[in-house]
Amino acid sequence: MAVADRDVLIIGAGHAGAMVAVGLRQKGFTGSILMVGEEPALPYERPPLSKAYFVGALEEQRLYLRKAEFWQERDVEVRVSTIVARLRHEDHEAELTDGTVVRYRHCVIATGGRVRKLSCPGADLAGVHYLRTLADVDAIRGDLKDGARMVVIGGGYVGLEMAASARKLGYDVTLIEALDRVLARVTSPIISRFYEAQHRAHGVDVRLGTGVTAIEGGDHVTGVRLATGEVVPADLVVVGIGILPNTELAHESGLACDNGVVVDELCRTTDPDVFAIGDVARHPNRYAADAMRLESVQNAVDQAKTVVGVIMGQPEPYKDLPWFWSDQYDLKLQTAGLAIGYDETIVRGDATTAPFSVVYLRDGQIIAIDAVNAIKDFMGAKGLIQAGVKPDKARLADPAVPMKELTGA
Amino acid sequence: MKVGDIRRVELPSGAAAVYRLADGFYATADLCSHGDASLADGELEDDNILCPYHLGSFCVRTGAAVAAPCIDPIATYPLEIVDGTVTLVWTGD
Repeated sequence: MAVADRDVLIIGAGHAGAMVAVGLRQKGFTGSILMVGEEPALPYERPPLSKAYFVGALEEQRLYLRKAEFWQERDVEVRVSTIVARLRHEDHEAELTDGTVVRYRHCVIATGGRVRKLSCPGADLAGVHYLRTLADVDAIRGDLKDGARMVVIGGGYVGLEMAASARKLGYDVTLIEALDRVLARVTSPIISRFYEAQHRAHGVDVRLGTGVTAIEGGDHVTGVRLATGEVVPADLVVVGIGILPNTELAHESGLACDNGVVVDELCRTTDPDVFAIGDVARHPNRYAADAMRLESVQNAVDQAKTVVGVIMGQPEPYKDLPWFWSDQYDLKLQTAGLAIGYDETIVRGDATTAPFSVVYLRDGQIIAIDAVNAIKDFMGAKGLIQAGVKPDKARLADPAVPMKELTGA
Repeated sequence: MKVGDIRRVELPSGAAAVYRLADGFYATADLCSHGDASLADGELEDDNILCPYHLGSFCVRTGAAVAAPCIDPIATYPLEIVDGTVTLVWTGD
């Protein structure tokens, strides 16, 4: 049995894992680094998958977080198409599927999430797709024939971006959301209604408040049966109903898990030599009352920095401002902060016409913003949220007053 | 322009962003090399311009990408300052 000694073992070659390797070398770390990834591709950006990559505006090479040579030049060993079968954290050992045992000093769990699957009858028919990986998008594109009718199940960011991209390519799209508004879990009704209207205006048949009871078809999907009994014809179904954190490896190893791998403010699990970061990490977040998981590039990148700091002996607690973006049609949505537990919303501009932004307040304090094509509001609000400013509400409501000029009332 | 100010300048093709740092003026391409954003809408942090879209950044002196998700560098342009007037020297793409 092959045994390899590595100073840092990174499990998962997504955005979070890759940025640990990049960051360590940037900071002059000279130890050995092994990064293991389940997918066949080198580390790549996921956000463009549902957008520029799907519509063919960006080729695969442009998705890579770093060119192939980078990893060689920086002496980062990347093993793709490889899974860590077992983690024995008490022994500082991990076993790969090829039988290699890796002995590490530091281990970083960046295993991300996997798509939540439909469980209704017909869910495994050909033509039912999910969207998480490069291979997923290639499969969707390969299955899209001219004139195909697409049904998108799920009105979250992935579903909405998929719908917008498919409309851009001219396909018929029906979008089905079980709740009574799109983006219900992540934003306010103001933003939900705006995006619903935008999708309708771009020709998407948006169905809200209706569940899916079955996928119809022989061996290939022909339709989607709704709770109302109606069957929406479909040549292709794309499901975007969230992800589940890949916690099994950590859990089986005996590390604490609770809807994610539980970590402290330095991203350390219950074993201080094992970190967890990115989508899989349930972490204390200074912008939320409870520990949480955050599925975003920001969280992946900033938690990677936190781990790099700890390994380099310069620990800095994770306290970065959450932010996120979503591109649909000609709309750039940018959010900062977490719109959780707000008691007041203030709209800057007209919430039916971009640009505008929605600012979320709690006890008069700015806690979050959703900015639609309002890049300066987004930039200005970040500092106000971090500083916990309680602005003058009349000035805040006036889009002519730059966000940056707002200070405490 | 005050120190820390940024101004967008139209060029024969595209646009430039002109920055005033404490030690002088610098100019780069205005378009981010990652997303579709105008760097002139961004913020200066020391020598770096923070892109307003995905919060990556570039060194305005060299054009080098210094923070994720930006990887590719952006063009820089020479400036000439004569009698208090800053002129961008455009030599084509």
